Amino acid sequence: MSDIVEKTLTALPGLFLQNQSASGPAAAKASFSSRLGGLVRGITALTSKHEEEKLIQQELSNLKATVSAPTTTLKMMKECMVRLIYCEMLGYDASFGYIHAIKLAQQGNLLEKRVGYLAVSLFLHESHELLLLLVNTVVKDLQSTNLVEVCMALTIVSQIFPREMIPAVLPLIEDKLQHSKEIIRRKAVLALYKFYLIAPNQVQHIHIKFRKALCDRDVGVMAASLHIYLRMIKENSSAYKDLTGSFVTILKQVVGGKLPVDFNYHSVPAPWLQIQLLRILGLLGKDDQRTSELMYDVLDESLRRAELNHNVTYAILFECVHTVYSIYPKSELLEKAAKCIGKFVLSPKINLKYLGLKALTYVIQQDPTLALQHQMTIIECLDHPDPIIKREVLGEYSYLLDKETPEEVITKLYKLLRSDSISSETKAWIIAAVTKLTPQAHSSNIVERLIQEFTTSLDTCLRQHAFELKHLHENVKFMKGLLPVDKSCEDMVVDASLSFLDGFVAEELSQGAAPYKPHHQRQEEKLSQEKVLSFEPYGLSFSSSGFSGRQSPAGISLGSDISGNSTETGLKETNSLKLEGIKKLWGKEGYLPKKESKTGDETEALPVPQENIIMENVDQIITKNDQSQALTQSKEEKEKQLLASSLFVGLGSESTINLLGKADTLSHKFRRKSKVKETKNGQTTTAQNMTCSSFSSSSNVAYEEDYYLDHLQDRGDKEVKKFSLNSELLDSESLTELPLVEKISNCRLSTPSLFADNNMEVFHPPQSTAASVANEVSLAVSLLEETTEHMHSDLIEVCNNETISVSSYKIWKDECLLMVWSVFNKSASELKSANLEIAPAENFKITEQPGCCLPVIEAESTKNFQYSVQMEKPFTEGNLSGFINYQVMDTHSVQLEFSVNLSLLDFIRPLKISTEDFGKLWLSFANDVKQNVKMSESQAALPSTLKALQQELRLHVVDIIGNEGLLACQLLPSIPCLLHFRVHGDMLALWFRSSCSTLPDYLLYQCQKVRAWIDPQVPVPIPCFHPGLTRAFKAECFVSVFLSSRCKKHGKSGGDLVSKDSESPGHLCIVYPKTQS
Amino acid sequence: MIKAILIFNNHGKPQLSKVYQPYSEDTQQQIIRETFHLVFKRDENVCNFLEGGLLIGGSDNKLIYRHYATLYFVFCVDSSESELGILDLIQVFVETLDKCFENVCELDLIFHVDKVHNILAEMVMGGMVLETNMNEIVTQIDAQNKLEKSEAGLAGAPARAVSAVKNMNLPEIPRNINIGDISIKVPNLPSFK
Repeated sequence: MSDIVEKTLTALPGLFLQNQSASGPAAAKASFSSRLGGLVRGITALTSKHEEEKLIQQELSNLKATVSAPTTTLKMMKECMVRLIYCEMLGYDASFGYIHAIKLAQQGNLLEKRVGYLAVSLFLHESHELLLLLVNTVVKDLQSTNLVEVCMALTIVSQIFPREMIPAVLPLIEDKLQHSKEIIRRKAVLALYKFYLIAPNQVQHIHIKFRKALCDRDVGVMAASLHIYLRMIKENSSAYKDLTGSFVTILKQVVGGKLPVDFNYHSVPAPWLQIQLLRILGLLGKDDQRTSELMYDVLDESLRRAELNHNVTYAILFECVHTVYSIYPKSELLEKAAKCIGKFVLSPKINLKYLGLKALTYVIQQDPTLALQHQMTIIECLDHPDPIIKREVLGEYSYLLDKETPEEVITKLYKLLRSDSISSETKAWIIAAVTKLTPQAHSSNIVERLIQEFTTSLDTCLRQHAFELKHLHENVKFMKGLLPVDKSCEDMVVDASLSFLDGFVAEELSQGAAPYKPHHQRQEEKLSQEKVLSFEPYGLSFSSSGFSGRQSPAGISLGSDISGNSTETGLKETNSLKLEGIKKLWGKEGYLPKKESKTGDETEALPVPQENIIMENVDQIITKNDQSQALTQSKEEKEKQLLASSLFVGLGSESTINLLGKADTLSHKFRRKSKVKETKNGQTTTAQNMTCSSFSSSSNVAYEEDYYLDHLQDRGDKEVKKFSLNSELLDSESLTELPLVEKISNCRLSTPSLFADNNMEVFHPPQSTAASVANEVSLAVSLLEETTEHMHSDLIEVCNNETISVSSYKIWKDECLLMVWSVFNKSASELKSANLEIAPAENFKITEQPGCCLPVIEAESTKNFQYSVQMEKPFTEGNLSGFINYQVMDTHSVQLEFSVNLSLLDFIRPLKISTEDFGKLWLSFANDVKQNVKMSESQAALPSTLKALQQELRLHVVDIIGNEGLLACQLLPSIPCLLHFRVHGDMLALWFRSSCSTLPDYLLYQCQKVRAWIDPQVPVPIPCFHPGLTRAFKAECFVSVFLSSRCKKHGKSGGDLVSKDSESPGHLCIVYPKTQS
Repeated sequence: MIKAILIFNNHGKPQLSKVYQPYSEDTQQQIIRETFHLVFKRDENVCNFLEGGLLIGGSDNKLIYRHYATLYFVFCVDSSESELGILDLIQVFVETLDKCFENVCELDLIFHVDKVHNILAEMVMGGMVLETNMNEIVTQIDAQNKLEKSEAGLAGAPARAVSAVKNMNLPEIPRNINIGDISIKVPNLPSFK
């Protein structure tokens, strides 16, 4: 019996499925529903973007097959759409499904139709051609008797609808304004509003209907119509003054609690409606005493009624205050509003504080005393962790000026600067503020003191600002012209898009320059094609021989960054100005028209006066100061020149002499900083190197930008800094001023990796001029220079053939191991598409260094490929293998393979700590290894042993106290290991401690190895292992220690390695010729 | 006007994105990325407003966000919206989701992405706030579901039977399948014995 039951039960679902549709196998459908789940689970389990892409592409091809199959039912289609929506949301192209989405909206039942409409609204945009296919469906659904269908049609219309098809549905939607259901009326109103937005002239005739909607018996419909009125009143308030009374009445009713209870939100009557109405009133009452008088009562009521018990009442209150201050003032109301602002500013809730400060900025214009009341709070806010708050606060200071002399304000700011509790970021803003106040101050003692103090600041940003101030301060007259005393309190308008550069960029592009790619795009490309360098510009620049119209792509990317990425830059800029807005130059109205005329005619030289200065970029002003003709030149011209000069440096052969001069001055400073030694090379090489170095400094700009973008992302003042940095670097080409150059090198020093990269770059053999300079020289130079900077290994040839020879060497940089492969083209012809790839290795993280992708290797020249290697997990011996391929004469490609050995030692770096720190660290480490070794007389002296260790293993000798020596080192990235040596008679006690369990063991062997190497009397060490080690690790250690030490010592092959399985399997024993252990 | 509504999780994976302006696919992805970038690194103790989404249309715009457990809800709006008002609107949205899904969690949003969009469509229409009353929204959603069901009627019955089966774990084959008007009673096991 139970068998039958079981069978019946198992058959049931299948029966249902067959019922549902005759077509398509049931099994396929059953699995269908879980597909989205599977997809989502699959995606969440993945770790890399690459895997995700693979999965989604596979999913998409499945979907593509399914949606186009004739057997696919609408129900299945619906499931497909949901999955497509998901894929699209993740950013993958699902355009093959668009047409099916429209079909689904046309043909499906309600549920399917809804998904179809949803997919359409998410996939398509307003001007998509497929949208026309939807019009008929929409018309049909608008006429449907089914409310849900009508709603769906109205929703899609308000989301996306082709402008030219509006007439087809307009009458239908107008009809819906009389629909019996309020939800339909409401949606119809919003749909009409959408039409008003995209095609205002098509809905002109229905303004009267909007009025009707405003008077609708349903509150929801009325609320919907307020969207329209807010917009229309914003555009032209005078046409709607007659409605003021209605709005006031509505607000009165709302505030008075006349609405049904279900409009309450947290017992506040229809808060969003109130906000909307208050905004409208604010617009209507602006500069209009008569209209304003109508609303005084209700505003008073609103202020009074808003009991502060919930977030949303603050929202109303904030709007109220805003309205009170926008309309024709009434002192009684202003007073109340001011009190409210106090509540905001003093609130512990950060959101309210922010809004309070925001309110203060516009309130102070009318009532500076209020700011004085809240001065303490404002100053406290300066220290707030939220940068957005700080930004608002600094704006307040400009208004304090009305009551206090600039000197007083500067003194206050100076006091703030001195206090340690403020972050350097804030300090930089404060200096910017001081800069703007300085021209108005009569005595400048404090400013001078400030300059003195902060030009030596360790913080680059701070120092930069201080220098700006210094230079401006030196030329007071100019400064006053630039930052006029006129106190218009509006935000300065900036040509955010830098449109004046558009022409320039277009020109560059037309000459074959690479288009600018925004930062994230570059990063993504880098990720997606891990092997191939994404910083193509660099490759290009090095390969372009001569001056064939190709400009430095790095420079281009700088240029087009400014204009090509205009929205982004523009935004930041405006922000930054808002926050810095201590002294504002011109109002919106005054400036904008000029901007337009400028964009149209960018080459025209305009007279310089204030209105022409687009950016408040003090650095540029410095440049101007220094160049006498600058004052008669337009800002745009100036910038173009700077850009152009930076672009052609290092490439233009005509300007070599000129370049040499500039570069030399620059290099001079560089030499001072980085202790570069230029000894061996002839004058030409030096000059060329310098050309390169100056070039790389301009290419560095791109890096700096990215760097700053990354690090200052939500700092409002970023743009200002970015710009000043850029221009500084650019200026450095033409300016020989010490401070500027110092700053540059400082910037570099502050970003060590960048510095190092560029350092390498500097010594690339120059392209543009005489490429015939001996390559060996340049290679030797690069080696030599690295030596002064970092330790490096010998140059070892790893592979060669008749055309090329590949050598490699290791540079033990502070933060990683830099592997350099030097490819020398021995042949007389150039090699194309040269590409060096390193296979991913298990234990390492290998990153290609930017700027070393060199598609072309010229005849008899050397190219360097650099990879920084980081260790991911400890190992003793590792192998990096890779290959190089290239093309000869565009015909056949050749591939050469090579490999390089790496050992853990390559990742050991000295740890420079003091004796006290050593003591502290010593106590904190748990892993401990001790060994006593017998010393021969020859090495009894501790210092010499330590010195050998220091040299061989790159340990840091912390201290030598009597017969004890302290050494410290670290395994990259940051695993410290401490060593204690003690000589006791003829015994040497070695004692290691580290936070890592394997490190002490390893180092012990390395130390013994070194000893064995320096003294043949010392037997090759037999490792005694930490119990926690794996057998494989021990074996590796053993072999490496033994073989390497003996080979090195005797210059012949080591002993035989025998595995003795007597006691413990895998135990190793060495049998070697002479000495025994 | 609301320009865009984004929901993403703590790892920056978008769970819902709805834009009310014609942006290209690429721009949308960029907006999602940059918004996440901006919002993610903000501490819990800073304010919920950010000025200017980078791409989303200039300085006029602001980002208003809330962070719930694993999800960020971000509204990008222009200056005509009130910050605090939107902040509460997000709260209403989340509470509504919670009501509709009964203890909403991240997975609900992914698996029922269409439902979430429908709920959102009842709150915000074409970038304008349509309804802020939670009960009203839930009522609308319920009413629509009901209508869909009744419209589906007999023709839709098998489909819903399938979905009813699907919603249960297959090993415990249903005892009582309620398919709207026709309800098939599966006899209880004991009565068969």
